[in-house]
This record gives sequence, C-alpha cells and structure tokens, in this order.
Amino acid sequence: MRDEEAARGGAHGAGAGTDPDAELLARLRRGDEDAFRTLVEEHGPFLMRLVMMHVPSRSIAEEVVGDTWLAVLNGLDRFEGRSSLRTWIASIALNKARTRGTREGRIVPFALLRRRYEEGGGPSVDADRFQGRHGERPGWWASPPVAWEEPERQLEAAETRDVMLRAIRDLPPRQREVIALRDISGWDAEEVRNALDLSETNQRVLLHRARSKVRAALEEYLRPETEETTP
Amino acid sequence: MNRRQKRMLTCQEMVELVTDYLEGRLDDAARARFDAHVAECDACTLYIEQMRMTIVALGHIPTDSISREAEEELLAAFRNWRDQTA
Repeated sequence: MRDEEAARGGAHGAGAGTDPDAELLARLRRGDEDAFRTLVEEHGPFLMRLVMMHVPSRSIAEEVVGDTWLAVLNGLDRFEGRSSLRTWIASIALNKARTRGTREGRIVPFALLRRRYEEGGGPSVDADRFQGRHGERPGWWASPPVAWEEPERQLEAAETRDVMLRAIRDLPPRQREVIALRDISGWDAEEVRNALDLSETNQRVLLHRARSKVRAALEEYLRPETEETTP
Repeated sequence: MNRRQKRMLTCQEMVELVTDYLEGRLDDAARARFDAHVAECDACTLYIEQMRMTIVALGHIPTDSISREAEEELLAAFRNWRDQTA
C-alpha cells in the first residue's frame, strides 16, 4: 500500500500536546548510549512482534528490527517530534517489514485472493450462520455461538496463542497491523491511526474485521467436542 | 425520544456493530437499539463476551524481546553511528 505516505503520516500525523520524548531525543542526539539502550528496551519487544507478523522467521525479524534501529539513528536529525517517537519508529519498521516480507515470499500466497477483503469487505460472521429471508426470524442466529470450554485457562495456553497468531498472520496486511498494534501492543486508536495513516473509521473497520476473524479462529479451536446442533 | 428504533436489530447486524459498541462509537439511539437486542438475545450476549475475551487474550500474548547478540550488535552500531556523526 502507500508506504511512503504511511511513513510521512507517522512523522506528521499527530501533532498534539507536548512531546514526552523530548528529553530522550536530546540525549540520543548527543550520543548518549544509555538513552539508546533505554529506547531499545522500551520499544524493542513490540517492534519484534510487529515485524514478525510480516516475515517468515525470527532471524529475519531480528535483521529487520536491527535495520529499523539504524534507520532511526540516521533519521534522528530529521525527526520533528510531531508524532510520538514510538509512532515514528513503528512506521519505519512497518515499511521495512513490508518490503522484506514481500521479498521473502511471505504474505504473497493468497494475497491476491485476499486483497478484496483488504479494506473491510466480507461479513464478520459467515452469512450462513444466520437465518435467511424465509427463516422464522430472518437475520437472527441459525447456528449461534456456543460457550467455550474453560476459556480462562484455555485462552492463556501457548497452543491457543499460536491459534491467535496464525489467524493474525492470515489476515490482510492492514488488518494484521491494526490488530497487532491495538490489541497485542495495546496502542490507542489515535496512535494506530497516525502510525498507519488511517482515517478514524477505517482504523475501526479494520480492527473489527481482524478481531472478528481471530474470534472465529478461537471458536473453531475452543468449541466443545460434542457437536452442537442448530436450533 | 425519537422513535426511529422500532425495528429490532438482527443478530447479523449486531455482529457488525460490536467494535463500534466496545469503542464507544455508537450514538445514543444506536446504543439503545444495541442494548435492547442484547437484553433479549443470549447468543449475541455470548458473542460479545467472546469478542471481549479475544481482546483480553490478545493483550496477554507476551511480546518478544530481541536476543542478547542482536542487542550487542545494535549497541556496536550505535557507537559506530555516534563516532561518525560526532
């Protein structure tokens, strides 16, 4: 998509309030190694997670994250502090990850098929789960969701986390980025909008699609063994 | 109160509104219709609950940190950058 714009959006998007990163930035520009270490410790984990959504292996992700930090250092003088430091760093990482992900042949399988869903087409739940026009209550559940077994325990299990991560990897890129930042990294809507250069509505639509699909993947995985019949 | 809200929302409409609802983006009228449906529909109540659980579970995925070697390389790169720009 519009990588250049996304990067610029990151640098020019936010513009509100004072810059909490100012002191850290000043230290970085002076070449303070502790400041750099702080920066890496604070933002490294989420960068790894973000990048791993786009590339096939951990080692490639580490390279991309490393490249990102170099680009951050080299771009420090140009960073105007109009968005948060984190937003700016994320947009650099995303650009690099997208480029690398495409080059490594990740993303590409099924990408064309999925492209039409990119900006939010397709229903949140398959249409055949609902009663048709001639049903007793059209548009109401025909095959309703069933309660998950031991959700508290299951949802914390490593296997379930893999199910969620796989579901996220299968999402179209924009949805994947939005859900990774909003729900895994815990950013707020405004930060995500700025980093990804999205409208407020678009951000929410992409998030909704993504969450709906992850829930569907969990439903598939956590549904009780005994087949529930449709009412 | 304006009575545009005669028709009950369907479940199929509900599942499209969950994020708007959770993000507080429904206006009062839409929210009233949403709540009215929830009050009557256990399946949608469960669906919304599962969306919430999904969000919580996503927030609990541990984020990876970079490896020690990668960090060392990075600090070396930093010193290199500093020396070049000094």
